[in-house]
Amino acid sequence: MNELENLVIQVRRDILRMVNNVKSGHPGGSLGCTEFFVVLFFKIMKRNEKFEMNGKNEDLFFLSNGHISPVYYSTLARAGYFPVKELNTFRKINSRLQGHPTTHEGLPGIRIASGSLGQGMSVAIGAAITKKLNKDDSIVYTLHGDGELQEGQNWEAIMFASANKIDNIICTIDYNQKQIDGDIKDVLDLGDLKIKFSSFGWIVFEIKNGNNVKEIEDIILKAKNESGNGKPIVIIMNTTMGNGVDYMMGTHKWHGVAPNDEELRIALDQNPETLIDY
Amino acid sequence: MNEFSNTGNKDTRSGFGVALLELGRTNPNVVALCADLTGSLKMNEFKNEFPERFIQVGIAEANMMGIAAGMTIGEKIPFTGTFANFSTGRVYDQIRQSIAYSNKNVKICASHAGITLGEDGATHQILEDIGLMKMLPGMTVINTCDYNQTKAATIEISKYNGPVYLRFGRPKVPNFTDENQNFEIGKGIKLIEGSDVTIVATGHLVWESISAAKDLLSRGINAEVINIHTIKPLDKDIILKSINKTNSLVSCEEHNILGGLGESISRLIVQNNKLCPMEFVGVNDSFGESGTPEQLMNKYKLNSENIIDKCLKVISRKKLI
Repeated sequence: MNELENLVIQVRRDILRMVNNVKSGHPGGSLGCTEFFVVLFFKIMKRNEKFEMNGKNEDLFFLSNGHISPVYYSTLARAGYFPVKELNTFRKINSRLQGHPTTHEGLPGIRIASGSLGQGMSVAIGAAITKKLNKDDSIVYTLHGDGELQEGQNWEAIMFASANKIDNIICTIDYNQKQIDGDIKDVLDLGDLKIKFSSFGWIVFEIKNGNNVKEIEDIILKAKNESGNGKPIVIIMNTTMGNGVDYMMGTHKWHGVAPNDEELRIALDQNPETLIDY
Repeated sequence: MNEFSNTGNKDTRSGFGVALLELGRTNPNVVALCADLTGSLKMNEFKNEFPERFIQVGIAEANMMGIAAGMTIGEKIPFTGTFANFSTGRVYDQIRQSIAYSNKNVKICASHAGITLGEDGATHQILEDIGLMKMLPGMTVINTCDYNQTKAATIEISKYNGPVYLRFGRPKVPNFTDENQNFEIGKGIKLIEGSDVTIVATGHLVWESISAAKDLLSRGINAEVINIHTIKPLDKDIILKSINKTNSLVSCEEHNILGGLGESISRLIVQNNKLCPMEFVGVNDSFGESGTPEQLMNKYKLNSENIIDKCLKVISRKKLI
C-alpha cells in the first residue's frame, strides 16, 4: 500500500474516532472527501512549512462546508500543522478544534471560519484577488458541499469570478447528491451543475470517481494547467458519502450522526490502522 | 462657553471619499469595494486613480463582505462601501462569520445611515445598525458628526488592525470640527464644559446638541456636551466624570433608542452606581418614512428643541431623587 492510501485509511480512522468520542459531528461528508483532502494537501498544494495567516507565496485552501471539519482537522494534523493528539479535543470545551472550523482559537491551518454555508467562495475569491495584487502566482483551492450551492451568495460569487477573470482559483464541489433532509433532487434540485457553471463562464472539470486518489490527482493537475487563462475553474467531484465504511455508504443517514461504540468497531475493522492512531 | 462655527455645510460621505483617495495615495495596501453605489459613496476618485485596487462587486453585498474578508489574507486593507442598511442588516451573517468571528481587518464603511437618507423611505433608512454592529464581539463602531471628523476617522481606522464599522450620512450638515483634528478611536471629546446637565451625542445630533447648549445657556443652564464618535469601545471615563458633576444625562442619536448609544450609556451608569436621571433622544422603536431630512428630523424629534426639552426634564427629575 502506498503512502497516500495509508494516509487515506488513517484519516478515515481519525474521523470515525473523533466523532464517536463526542457522539456528534459529521462523518458522512468527511469520509466522502477523505481522498480529496489527502491528495490536495499531500500531492498538490505548495505549502509553507510554518503557518502564517497571510499565506504569501503558497497555495491556499478554504473549506466552505465547514461541517466536514473532522476530515479537515485530521488532514491538517497529519500534515504537521498541529499535534495529532490534539484531535482528541475535537468538539470539547476549551478546544481549538471547534465543531466548525474557526480562526478564533488560533488553530494553525485555518484562515476563515466556516459553518454558516455559502460564504467560502467569496472569501476565496478575495484571497485570489489579493494574490494577484501581490504578484503571487499561487493557487487558491476550495471545497463546497453540493447542497450548499442552494445558498444564493454562491451565485453572486460564481458570477463575479468569471466577470472579473479570477483564474487563480480552483473550486471543487463535493457532488454526493445528498443533504440533511435527503436526496438533493428531492429537497431542491440543482439541475445540471456542469451547464450552470459553464454558462456562468467557468471552466468545468469532472472527477467521475471522487474517491479514487489517482483520478483526483490527475484532474486537479489538469485543472491547474488551465489556470491563468482568464477563467475560474470548477471541478464537479462525484463522491460517495461515508466512503470506506460499508454501512455508511450511499445514504444521507450519517450526514450528522456519529457511530456508537459497536458501529465504530465495525468501521475501524474495515480500516485497519496504517499510521499511528492519535 | 466654547464657540463652534460652521465653516459651511458638507456631507460626511464626502469626508470619507476624500480620505479614501488620500489613503490610496499613501497606503498601497488599501483597497476599496463597492456594491453599485460608487457615486453615492464618493468613491469615484479612488476608483479613477486606483482602478486595480477598486473592486466593483455589483449588487451583491453578501459577496462583497466575503471578498473583503478574503482580501485581508495577504495584508490588504479592504474598505467596503454601500448604504448602511446594505452594509449591516442585509449581510449580518457574512459580517458575523467571515469578518467579526474570523477577526478580519475589514473596514465596513456605511453611508446614508439613519433617517436623514430622506425621501427613499424606510426600506433604505436603517435605524438599527449601531445595535447590530455593537453586538458583534471585536467590532469597533464609529459614527462621525461632520465632514472633517469623517475624514479623520477614515484615515485613522486604516491604521487600526481589526474590523470596524464606520457610519456616516447623506445630507450636507454643518462642518465645525477641526480640519486637522487628531482622531482617537474610543476617545470621546468634550465640546462644551458645563455643570448642570450632560448631553452625550453622536453623528448628526452633535451639532444639534451644540445648538441646544447655546439655548440652555440663555436660560441660565450650563450643559456639558460630549461628542461620542466611537460607540464601541465606549469612552466610559469621560461620561462618568461628567455625570459625577451634572447628575443628569441626555443621549442623542439618529438611531433607534433600542440598541444604540443611549442604551450603552444607561448600562454604564447602572454598572457604576451613578444612578441619575437620563433621557433618550432617538427614534422610539419605529421605522422611518419618506420626507426631506429636515422634515424627518423634526417629525421624529431628532433636533435641538427636543434635546432642550429632555435636558429640562432630567434637571427637574434630579430634584425628585
